[in-house]
Order: sequence, then structure tokens, then C-alpha cells
Amino acid sequence: MHDPMGFAVAIAHIAAAIALLNGILTTLGQGKVASAAVEGIARQPEAKGSITTTMIIGCAFAETSGVYGLVIAIIILFANPLLSFIG
Amino acid sequence: MEFAIRVFARLNITDNIYLLITDTTRSTWIVMAILLVFAIIVRIKSRNWDASKKPSGLQNVLEMAVDAFEKLYKGNAGEKMAFLMPWFFSLFAFLILSNLIGIVGIRPPTADWGMTLPLAVSSFVLFQFAGLKNRPKAYLKSIFLEPVFLFAPINIMGEIAKPIALSFRLFGNVLGGMILLSLLYGMAPLALQFVFPAFLHMYFDLAAGALQAFIFIMLSITFVGLAAEE
Repeated sequence: MHDPMGFAVAIAHIAAAIALLNGILTTLGQGKVASAAVEGIARQPEAKGSITTTMIIGCAFAETSGVYGLVIAIIILFANPLLSFIG
Repeated sequence: MEFAIRVFARLNITDNIYLLITDTTRSTWIVMAILLVFAIIVRIKSRNWDASKKPSGLQNVLEMAVDAFEKLYKGNAGEKMAFLMPWFFSLFAFLILSNLIGIVGIRPPTADWGMTLPLAVSSFVLFQFAGLKNRPKAYLKSIFLEPVFLFAPINIMGEIAKPIALSFRLFGNVLGGMILLSLLYGMAPLALQFVFPAFLHMYFDLAAGALQAFIFIMLSITFVGLAAEE
């Protein structure tokens, strides 16, 4: 290990990529929300307005974990607090 | 890194306490200036508006916007909390303009957690206030004694997680779009930088920006409604 800083940065990039993997399940959840909303609208077209609003809120809640992963990846890449220990 | 927050000036108050004038401060000032000028124009024009006649032009647009927002607000937060509507409407105007201002190349103020966290904390204060004002005993019971007394720490954590999730949602979406666009401008070949970014701007600034502002307001209103009545 001749270059601990380079090693740490490389590991940080891999960690950021792993943090973004939760996008898979987040997208799956949002797809489920949207498909349920489409089914609801197809069954009851006159309730389109309130179904759309509820769907947007549901999508926002499902998105939270994905956004957490994104924020963690951004912190790891650009504002990593642990890199200062190496110097 | 073109998307880091630049610091323009540093005002020292004491040795350890200082104010930073950053990109976020500058674009917040720009947004505030636009909103102020718009408000003054509307105030001056509204002197010869007549409520008894048919509305037209700007008056029509503004009445439609306020009506739509009022319907949304009263449907989700209830009639009892109607006095909080002006705050949420102005917050909505501020957020939507801050997210849309990325189109003209200014760094959006909401791409800074120091901007979104105070906004989310103000929403947090408002929905705690709504719960404590409308049904103090039932609200405190729902936090401290809901299934049993032992669950109080979990409920308190849940309440604290609400503003953090709200602020991270707005911040992460706006910052993610901004990083993607600045990566495109910094790294893509020159041929891709002419017409192609317009579509990405349309999605990340117009669609996602307006949607995230709407979601922030919508979730705050829903939390107010949930706290106020059950």
C-alpha cells in the first residue's frame, strides 16, 4: 500500500456506486405505485384528480430512500469526512 | 467541480462566528428580488381592479392560482388551519421560482441543504403547532402514549425524521439534476452541448423542479392536516 489516499478514494468511489444501488428497489416501488394508480383510474376515471395527487405523494414517499442513497453517494464523493484522517 | 458552492465574501462577527456570502445567498437574493418586484407590480396594478366586474388578464391568472391552491389546501389541511394558507402559498411561490431559476444558469438556492433544512424545520414547527393548538391532549397522547408508553422514543424519532426527509427529498432531487447537467456541460463532447441539453433542462429544471416544489408543499400540508384532526 504505497498510496493510502489513492486507495481510500478508489474505495470511496466503489462505496458511492453501492450506495446508488438502492435505486433499483426505489424504482420498482415507484413503478408499483404508478401501476396501481393506472388501475384505479381505469376502474374509476372520474376519480382521476384525487388518485393523481395521492400517487404523487406515494411516489414522493417511495423516493425517499433513493434520495438518501443519492445524498450519501454525493457526500462520499465530494465531502468525505473520513479522508481528512489520512491526510 | 463546477457545482461546488462558491464563497464570495466572509463577514467576521467574532473570531469563530462568521457569515458567508455564497452562491446560495446570491441566488436567494435574486429570487427574492424577482418576487418583490412582482408583488409591487401586482399591488400597483390591483388599485384599479374591480371585484364586481369580470376579471381579465393578470387578475384572472392570479385568482385562478389562489383558488386552485385554496381548494388543494382546504382539501388536505382542513378548514381549521386556513389561516396558515398564505404562508404555504408564498413558500410555494418561493420554492417554484428557486427551482426554475436553474434554467438561466444560476445555481438554484435549493441545491444547498442549508437552505432546505430551515424551510423543512419551519414546516415542522407549523405542524407541531397545528397539533398542539387543535387537540392538545389527543396530540400529546398520540406521540407519547400511542400503543404503549414504551413506544414514545420511536414516535419522537418518527416526528424528527419528517423534516429531515422533507429537506433531503428537495435537496437531493435538485442537487442531483444540477450535478448531472454540470457533468454534461463539463465532460460531454462539444457536439452534444448545443440542442441536447435543452431537453435535460426541461426535465431536471422545469418538470422535476416544479414537481419537487409541489411535493414539498403537499407533504407539509398533509402533515398539518394529519396533526390537526383525526
